[in-house]
Amino acid sequence: MKILVAVKRVVDYNVKVRPKSDGSDVDLANVKMSINPFCEIAVEEAVRLKEKGTATEIVAVSVGPQQSQEQLRTALALGADRAILVNTDETLEPLAIAKCLKAVCDSESPDIVLMGKQAIDGDNNQTGQMLAALLGCGQATFASELIVEGDKIKVTREVDGGLQTLGLNLPAVVTSDLRLNEPRYASLPNIMKAKRKPLDTTTPADLSVDIAPRVSLLGVELPAQRQAGIKVDDVAMLVDKLKNEAKVI
Amino acid sequence: MSILIIAEHDNSSLKPATLNSVTAAQEIGGDIDILVAGSDCQAAAEHAAQIAGINKVLVADNAAYNNALAENVAPLIAEVGAAYSHILATATTTAKNIMPRAAALLDVQAISEISAVVSADTFKRPIYAGNVIATVQSSDAIKLLTVRGTAFDGAAAEGGSAAIEVVGSSHSAGVSEFVGEEVAASDRPELTAAKIVISGGRGMANGDNFDMLYSLADKLGAAVGASRAAVDAGFVPNDMQVGQTGKIVAPDLYVAVGISGAIQHLAGMKDSKVIVAINKDEEAPIFSVADYGLVADLFSALPDLDSAV
Repeated sequence: MKILVAVKRVVDYNVKVRPKSDGSDVDLANVKMSINPFCEIAVEEAVRLKEKGTATEIVAVSVGPQQSQEQLRTALALGADRAILVNTDETLEPLAIAKCLKAVCDSESPDIVLMGKQAIDGDNNQTGQMLAALLGCGQATFASELIVEGDKIKVTREVDGGLQTLGLNLPAVVTSDLRLNEPRYASLPNIMKAKRKPLDTTTPADLSVDIAPRVSLLGVELPAQRQAGIKVDDVAMLVDKLKNEAKVI
Repeated sequence: MSILIIAEHDNSSLKPATLNSVTAAQEIGGDIDILVAGSDCQAAAEHAAQIAGINKVLVADNAAYNNALAENVAPLIAEVGAAYSHILATATTTAKNIMPRAAALLDVQAISEISAVVSADTFKRPIYAGNVIATVQSSDAIKLLTVRGTAFDGAAAEGGSAAIEVVGSSHSAGVSEFVGEEVAASDRPELTAAKIVISGGRGMANGDNFDMLYSLADKLGAAVGASRAAVDAGFVPNDMQVGQTGKIVAPDLYVAVGISGAIQHLAGMKDSKVIVAINKDEEAPIFSVADYGLVADLFSALPDLDSAV
């Protein structure tokens, strides 16, 4: 069984991004970049499937700038076998990324595509669903458990009311939620080994994918700031304020 | 302009989340239709017809649409929605699952979780975990949007009498099946609908200590949530997570107990009307958004609070 796992290079989750002074976009100069945390969970799940003997090959794919090779090397260090970079300096929208991934799937024919439920930069939560639509295959978003049963998978999903379990034919797209697993740290020997694993580069043009943007960013701003209120002395004062001032209990 | 809203429902009744999309649609302006796709969902369609200001309700009643399987419902949305200028749904996990799939079938770039309508093609939405608000303009012929529920008040659920039309088309992809669900059994209100939410963070120290929050919540008729740190630490399940990657809540009263206030968490609750923070670290960022801050050890404050309310 072949697994394709998509990873995205994003601003590290510890970085608090701010708008540029002209408000045209966020200021990403000299900020730390990392693998998207949800993508890291997807890579871990792929590696576990390989360790269980279910998966035979893991191909990591990223769509982004040349520097995305760093995140692909991270995926390789965690256990992916080889990597493909779809190289572009444009900021692609989820639909364009899904089209690039579709083109890669057409040549790689994976049984399962694993990816994060959303990237923590755009917070779109769309690419996996769009890829599944383009492939015409089943999808299981927000996965907290993935079980392979022959040529089908059973996926438990985190939904608003609790948990939902779906059965999907393969191929299928699965997007990871926080609780799917806890990713391991790459060991130093594996980081060294990852440098020798194959990493191929292609481009959206090579894949004949139209990446023209559909949505334009008119500007960014800080959210309305909430004013800090008062400190209360004790529980009695808190209850009094909530009852008599805020009138919420 | 003509707007199609995808109803959130459980076949027998319409979920209040649908009403937030109605308000967003009214801000865009134009005729508003609602699509109810389900199985034996006539009752939900009748509820939808009562919403004030609705032009008509389209009901697609087919076993294939039960449990809102994306593989079956997305093609229906793409087919019906092709005749509209806008397609909207409130950003529940159901809509987040289905809407991008429908967008790809229509070859349009969806816009997720809008928090404000600027004009018919321009919207605001939070990005980077709510650190920044982006204003974006769509050039697609069909604007397919999900709506952040807490950013739009619910429209009136009654007062209308829209016509109900049947949509006959059937889409059954045959690649997915519903196996089962585990709905968290609780007498407490749902997190996203509760008037009061009490959340615990890493300061709770373990899952058992959440019993103190449950006890207080039951006295106040509140729902119980958690920070991502508490979920990551395994204290409570992920469906309790409040934050950018969890649930977005905006209750009348939000009580944050032992939560430091990471931006990720603040993005999920800062639209609450009144925020209370209880934390022993007086430098905790949560106090910068709290209307009432209590610097105290939660293990002594919670029992006191429990007996005082």
